Amino acid sequence: MRAFARLFLVAILGLTVTSCGGGIPETEKAAQEGILLMGNGSEPKGLDPHLVTGVPESTIIRSLLEGLIASHPTNDLEPAPGMAESWESNEDFSVWTFHLRDAQWSNGDPVLASDFVYSWQRILSPELGAEYAPMLYLIENAEQFNRGEIEDFSQVGVKALDDKTLQVTLQGSTPHFLNVIKHTSYFPVNPRAVEENGGMLDRQSGWSTFENYVGNGAFQLKEWVTNQVIEVERSPTYWDAETVRLNGIRFYPIDNANTEETMFRNDRLHMTNTVNPDKIPFFQEEMPEEMSITPYLGVYFYRLNVTREPFTDVRVRRALALALDKQTIVERVTKGGQAPATGFVPAGIPGYEPSTAVQYDPDEARRLLAEAGYAGGEGFPRTEIMINTSEAHRKIAEAIQALWREELGIDVGIYNQEWKVYLDSQSNLDYDISRSAWIGDFVYPSTFTDMFTTGNGNNDTGWSNTRYDALVAQSWVAETEEERMELFHEAEDLLLEEMPIIPIYWYTRVKLMSPMVQEWHPKLLDAHPYKYVWLQPNGDAGE
Amino acid sequence: MTDHSETAVLGKDSAPVIAEEELVEGSSLWKDAWARLRKNKVAVGSLVVFVLICLFCVLGPFLSPYDSNAQDLFSGAEGPSADHWFGTDTLGRDLMVRVMVGGRISLMVGLVATVVALAIGVIYGATAGYIGGKVDASMMRFVDLLYALPFTIFVILLMVAFGRSMWLMFVAIGCVEWLSMARIVRSGVLSLKKQEFVEAAVSLGYSHSRIILRHLIPNVLGPVIVIATLTVPAVMLLEAFLSFLGLGVQPPNASWGVLINEGQANMEIYPWLLLFPAAFFAVTLFCLNFIGDGLRDALDPKSAKD
Amino acid sequence: MLKFIALRLLQGMLVLLGIYAVTFVLVAATPGSPFSSERAIAPEILAQIEAFYGYDKPLGERFITSLGNVLQGEFGPSAVYANRTVTQIIAESFPVSIKLGSISLLLALVLGVPAGILAAVKRNTWLDYLPMSVSMAGICLPTFVMGPLLALVFGLILKMLPVAGWYGPEYVVLPATTLGLYYAAYFARLTRGGMLEMLNQDWVRTARAKGVPEHTIIWKHCLKGGLIPAITFLGPALAGIISGSFVVETIFQIPGLGQWFVRAALNRDDFLVLGLTVLFAAMIVIMNLLVDIVQVALNPRLKYD
Repeated sequence: MRAFARLFLVAILGLTVTSCGGGIPETEKAAQEGILLMGNGSEPKGLDPHLVTGVPESTIIRSLLEGLIASHPTNDLEPAPGMAESWESNEDFSVWTFHLRDAQWSNGDPVLASDFVYSWQRILSPELGAEYAPMLYLIENAEQFNRGEIEDFSQVGVKALDDKTLQVTLQGSTPHFLNVIKHTSYFPVNPRAVEENGGMLDRQSGWSTFENYVGNGAFQLKEWVTNQVIEVERSPTYWDAETVRLNGIRFYPIDNANTEETMFRNDRLHMTNTVNPDKIPFFQEEMPEEMSITPYLGVYFYRLNVTREPFTDVRVRRALALALDKQTIVERVTKGGQAPATGFVPAGIPGYEPSTAVQYDPDEARRLLAEAGYAGGEGFPRTEIMINTSEAHRKIAEAIQALWREELGIDVGIYNQEWKVYLDSQSNLDYDISRSAWIGDFVYPSTFTDMFTTGNGNNDTGWSNTRYDALVAQSWVAETEEERMELFHEAEDLLLEEMPIIPIYWYTRVKLMSPMVQEWHPKLLDAHPYKYVWLQPNGDAGE
Repeated sequence: MTDHSETAVLGKDSAPVIAEEELVEGSSLWKDAWARLRKNKVAVGSLVVFVLICLFCVLGPFLSPYDSNAQDLFSGAEGPSADHWFGTDTLGRDLMVRVMVGGRISLMVGLVATVVALAIGVIYGATAGYIGGKVDASMMRFVDLLYALPFTIFVILLMVAFGRSMWLMFVAIGCVEWLSMARIVRSGVLSLKKQEFVEAAVSLGYSHSRIILRHLIPNVLGPVIVIATLTVPAVMLLEAFLSFLGLGVQPPNASWGVLINEGQANMEIYPWLLLFPAAFFAVTLFCLNFIGDGLRDALDPKSAKD
Repeated sequence: MLKFIALRLLQGMLVLLGIYAVTFVLVAATPGSPFSSERAIAPEILAQIEAFYGYDKPLGERFITSLGNVLQGEFGPSAVYANRTVTQIIAESFPVSIKLGSISLLLALVLGVPAGILAAVKRNTWLDYLPMSVSMAGICLPTFVMGPLLALVFGLILKMLPVAGWYGPEYVVLPATTLGLYYAAYFARLTRGGMLEMLNQDWVRTARAKGVPEHTIIWKHCLKGGLIPAITFLGPALAGIISGSFVVETIFQIPGLGQWFVRAALNRDDFLVLGLTVLFAAMIVIMNLLVDIVQVALNPRLKYD
């Protein structure tokens, strides 16, 4: 008890000391040391690129590991050289050959083509149970191997021709393959580290803990205090270490947006992970220099359970969609510069003109609803919007509820469920209307259009359309890019005509970011190559 | 295990609260208590304020021109004005009527959960105390066991399972709060059981349920009322905590907890969103706590002999 | 006394066993699973994951296996946080919580006990109402209002204290105050009640009649007994502070145990839920035992039984 009493006294003392002199702000001190301080949502569930699924995890992993192709600092489509120095494909983009550079793992091992074969075998092994394994289904026989139908990995389309040459054979023509493999699920892991810590198939393998982590990225782990901070420092073994300007990054797991904001304003963070929507206008006014809003490849939408009345009727589905004044929702509720979603595939994908099929048309909506037999909302069955627990979802649902009541005269309830329960309800089609969102895994329309095929695990609406399935299937084997884009458009138009989903808005990434941060460019997937980023201290001005 | 929570609330072993002389003339106990309570200015003041707040919440929505869920997205988050005395929230809903309706929900959560806790606790405690012996021992071990359950996990799991219905949520909270009541009632009954009038009733051949209901429960009512009064604010605070986790009442309804949580996130830019619901919440809790403390002083003859 | 302790520990073990069973059933009955995922998982893959954590076995078998492991001190892996065992998670965050909890309790005592004594001595006067009102502030405003309010005033406006983090002594002040204020109310109420009871004892009346000075009565005779209810509450309060400090930990970004209680339940991280429950129950059992010993020390009329 005495120790605590003393600590308490010290605390009081600390109070008076800190209150006397302001000192140099943390952000300034860190900028001088070249350390980026960033809010990073929640505590990462792990740092194994083959097992994690969340955003906070991949934000950190991207500093520790590098795939064949790296993220370009400004252009989302431009492949930047990573572990591969150069690459080529055959004419129809179905066989790719990568030439690896002389790069090193942080344990001194050279990065070999066989490391990639090992890594991809690992994520595709059914015993590992990797949730993101389907990302690799583009590769020939990968799906069959992952489902246990093939046991011999040599039949899967990935081969190390020699130490430095990797050949990948795909299911079909895939010109956007270089985009896909920027995803963390394609990242390599160090075979020796994995083997020494439980082996390839061990889900709890200890290779990705703080003590054992081996990476090939620009940074390496320096400190990991649970629920407090993960710090990475520049890696001396990285192939392009000269380019790296930061000395380190501290990722702070901060769940609460207001805490994060308070820390930012207390000069403890260079950038936040998110901003409380209600405060966006306030910050835009008060600190425009720090407010950063950039497009983000995601769509916020409502799923309609087409197996339940009244959503079995396409007119009802369309009526609900057309009745929404999405402009008002993004202006008055979400406030983060989001674009009202007139289609499902978000704007911003180069070469793909976003759809404008879903417009605000209350008269048409009322007409459709009347046609379906619910004129003025009369006799409309009791339905409910299911949301997962969150202040933001709650507000949007309340606004939509009011808009529907106003435009269509229908009364829709809202209920929230805890995340895990919500996920189960959604995949078991145990809902009427379900709040949903989808963030692209890579910059290409297929990451959005593929999910609504019949029986796709991410469909979750009960909707099934043979023509849609056919269009998507054709897109996998289409010969030219124009033809493929045309097929995507046709599929999306069909989806929006049938309306098993109601698109609401296209995402933006909203952050508070100190002007000290340099070379941080808008990226559609928010994947920033940290090696180019640097910090400009305020100098004397900061004191 | 030691009885903690009732001492936490009552501050003492509650068994001797009903001294023999009061039992003889039961009605004068309440008369005396009322007289003592009236001397306690803060308790009386609290009672008045509390009743006013209840009236405000119950009757207010009928008098207000606004509907608590009617939105006007274009007049979102405006400060207090002649039209909207408490201002509007971010979706343009009138805050005053939302505070009233939220108050109804919060008070109802407090009340219903307490009644549930009371019902379980009194019946359980009285049965254990009355039967005594091994049954009592094992029943109380079970209470001990529940005491050692971490309440946060317990409530969250119950809410996850039952959260969709407001009434089930009340029950879930009540299920967590009955333990102290069971202990108090049991120890009261245990000491009463040995007293002459109960023995007389037994010898007259009255049924067990009649003895428990007519003789034992009324005589432990004093401490039960006190703890019930103090349970209401505790439950309301718990509901606020659940609202912070997003597990509170379902939208678009909002309890005070939900409103306060919404308000604290924006307290710098829209201070009224925090100020009004928090003020009502805090004042109500102050009142209930003072009423509870006052009742305890009043119903406790020993501390009142001055 | 040793016999008493041994007996109580044995009882405690039984309680822990019961708790484990109750929690296991509760967790199994709650909807959702730790492996529910936003992206669809192929049934084959889900089956592999479930098999890895032993979820493919029947409930009864799982219970026996996990109980066996727990009896050997092995709570198993977290089902959500890869590469971390329940024991590791607890070992990391428990010390932080103990530190925060003890300082908060100390603060609560420093605020609450004197307020309670003053209120009891000056009963039904403004010196009763005023300290009681002040000490009650903590149970009338939710901590998620009090915390941000303190952070706003002392962190952002006055710039006296850091607003979040857990790096040095000055980081303890705001969270400890927020938590301490909450418990101060309980200690004030308990102390007031305890003191009132002592002051109304017959022997106090006799002493007063004999002309013993009031301060002697209060400080020498009543204080010890009057504090017993507050001391009794110390155990549950510490356990409560440690498991219930979720709000404060979230607001002030403190890597303590409280967050895990909530997160484990929300993530449906079953092993972690079970581990935390057993830890909490063990804390309660031990605290109660300590409190009983202290109580006897303070009041020799009580005996171990």
